[in-house]
Amino acid sequence: MTVKRLLVMSGKGGTGKTTVVASFAALADRPVMADCDVDAPDLHLVLDPDLVSSHIYHGLKVAQVDHELCTLCGTCVSTCRFDAISEDVHVDAIGCEGCGACVLVCPEIAITMAERVTGEVYSSTTRFGPMAHARLRAGEEASGKLVMEVRKLADDMAKETGRTLEIIDGPPGIGCPAISALSGVDALLIVAEPTLSGRQGMERVVGLAQHFNIPAMAVVNRSDLNQVEATTIEQWCRGQDVRVMDRLPYDDAATDAMIAGTTVVEHGEGPLAKALRTLWNDVCVALDNYCQEVKG
Amino acid sequence: MIIGIPTSGNDLSADVEQRFGRCQRFLIVDSGTMDFHVVDNSALAMGGGAGVRAAQQVVDEGVEAVIAGEVGPKAYEVLERANIKVYARVTGTVRDALDLVRSDMAKGADGPTGPARHGR
Amino acid sequence: MRIAVASGKGGTGKTTVALGLAMVAEAVTLVDCDVEEPDDHIFLGGRGDLVEEVTIPVVRVDETACTLCGECARVCAYGAIAVLKDQVMVVDEMCHGCGACGIVCPVDAIFEERRRIGEVWLRERGGIHLYTGFLDVGQPLATPIITRLKALVGREGLLIYDSPPGTACPVVETVRDADHCILVTEPTPFGLFDLTMAVDMIRELDVPFDVVVNRDRDDFPDMDDYLRAEGIQVLMRIPDSMEIARLYSRGVHFVEEMPEWRERFSDLLVKVIGGGVR
Repeated sequence: MTVKRLLVMSGKGGTGKTTVVASFAALADRPVMADCDVDAPDLHLVLDPDLVSSHIYHGLKVAQVDHELCTLCGTCVSTCRFDAISEDVHVDAIGCEGCGACVLVCPEIAITMAERVTGEVYSSTTRFGPMAHARLRAGEEASGKLVMEVRKLADDMAKETGRTLEIIDGPPGIGCPAISALSGVDALLIVAEPTLSGRQGMERVVGLAQHFNIPAMAVVNRSDLNQVEATTIEQWCRGQDVRVMDRLPYDDAATDAMIAGTTVVEHGEGPLAKALRTLWNDVCVALDNYCQEVKG
Repeated sequence: MIIGIPTSGNDLSADVEQRFGRCQRFLIVDSGTMDFHVVDNSALAMGGGAGVRAAQQVVDEGVEAVIAGEVGPKAYEVLERANIKVYARVTGTVRDALDLVRSDMAKGADGPTGPARHGR
Repeated sequence: MRIAVASGKGGTGKTTVALGLAMVAEAVTLVDCDVEEPDDHIFLGGRGDLVEEVTIPVVRVDETACTLCGECARVCAYGAIAVLKDQVMVVDEMCHGCGACGIVCPVDAIFEERRRIGEVWLRERGGIHLYTGFLDVGQPLATPIITRLKALVGREGLLIYDSPPGTACPVVETVRDADHCILVTEPTPFGLFDLTMAVDMIRELDVPFDVVVNRDRDDFPDMDDYLRAEGIQVLMRIPDSMEIARLYSRGVHFVEEMPEWRERFSDLLVKVIGGGVR
């Protein structure tokens, strides 16, 4: 019983990725959802999850100075590579990267490493199935590790419920969180917008997918905004072996559904809803093919 | 040979834990004599890089092979460099796992398994 | 004066606001800190010229001196080193360059090399000096490029930092030393939720801030309710305009095509600068 994992990303934000994922959740057959955009998780606003359990996620530790023992010798200040200790030996928790170098050099053994709350991981249920999501505390690093926690929780949920499809809402960018989100998925769908900025963002995500050898599909959202740019993007995709899916039209239904707290395909049967249904069917076929290719 | 197996239990009837880097402990067993001991996984405390630290731990225990569920790419890299054979995607109890390996039915992994099964 | 433009949610219009301000200023250094997905340069005619490769330290082991004692692996907080029976293995992309391993090594066998993670480019157009950071595809750590960008541009004159989206480490690195921050948001449920997180972050950093509402519409009163309840000032509203969106899609900032907006961005700049230096 192999689980199929579909990741949806966008490169730059605001292309409509979460709107698309939400409708996929509504259309899919017994999916598990994972919101890996841990910096700015939005999927729950539409899927309305009921929390079952949560746990604190501890990432990097933070240095703590015992000022009773500290002699202000300043060795830690000059040792810290991240400028996280002030001249008067106060640790800037946000700047501290938890390396422990200061602990090693303090002659008075006045510094210890303490746990810090980096984020929280949530296990929830929704009207479409179980949902793994999380929230990162502001300023924390290692959100890639928190993304990994969400991915693992989704895998556990799939196992427990016997579901074989994971739909993953990905983070923006191409850094640590995006890399974590990408690992081990069977296919990537990129939601692009027909703008010059959107094209650049999408190209960088495609580069990332190629770097990790993940098959990619792309769909241009709000395509009527700039049909010429939409065509340019699609041509570039074909040249890069990225499968081009049928475009999604601009439709006020996207925002209307969001404000109503529901998915586009539940909210009505307008042009976007229809196009999303077609897209989901096409994505399913492609995903099955990608999974077959790996087996064979 | 000396084999390291991630587990949440304390003896041979315990289940093989599926994730190598984040397991509770390692059961280190001599497959010839079936003598074993259990060590806590020192990588659990880490924020990131748990796979490498866990691999380091089994290297320090002198294992020649690892039987596990999923082994991530960084852990796999370390084990491969250390010439430790990796048997992956194994489920069931530790005892079952050892039987599988002995009867040579467990597939040796020729690459990392989980979270990065496409490429490294 | 250092102005940061940030937002919780991506795609709300940070670049729109940062560029708008830069385009009406007499002389300004614009810094594109969204090094994973930079796009200011698209509106200013290209990335310009390469300033430098950005490198970060990575440890190496002198195998002739190393005794394989394993102390370095024990102390590494990031899983970047493994000590095997016959060699030391360094996992480059995990190394944070903290120096801890070098400190504990009893035989001084650890030294550092530099490894490349990205680039900085400079584009000059009119009164704008645009510095753009580009993170290499496949590299996990964005923050060191932002740190380097800031070191390069210094603190003099008018500086505008176009921040990455969200509230994580790279954003904090961008915003933390700003004299003023503009948070850009859009009146939708996603926009509001992400704004609340950005506001929490900014308040923790103790940076004075105001809000610009982009793609303004009147069917989501929750946004204004929240802003009012929190006592947050809205400095400017940009309407949800197809014309603005179309120009943006072609890489044209509407300040260049719609003169009434030159004035409005000038007013915005005056308001923000007038808010004072910390």
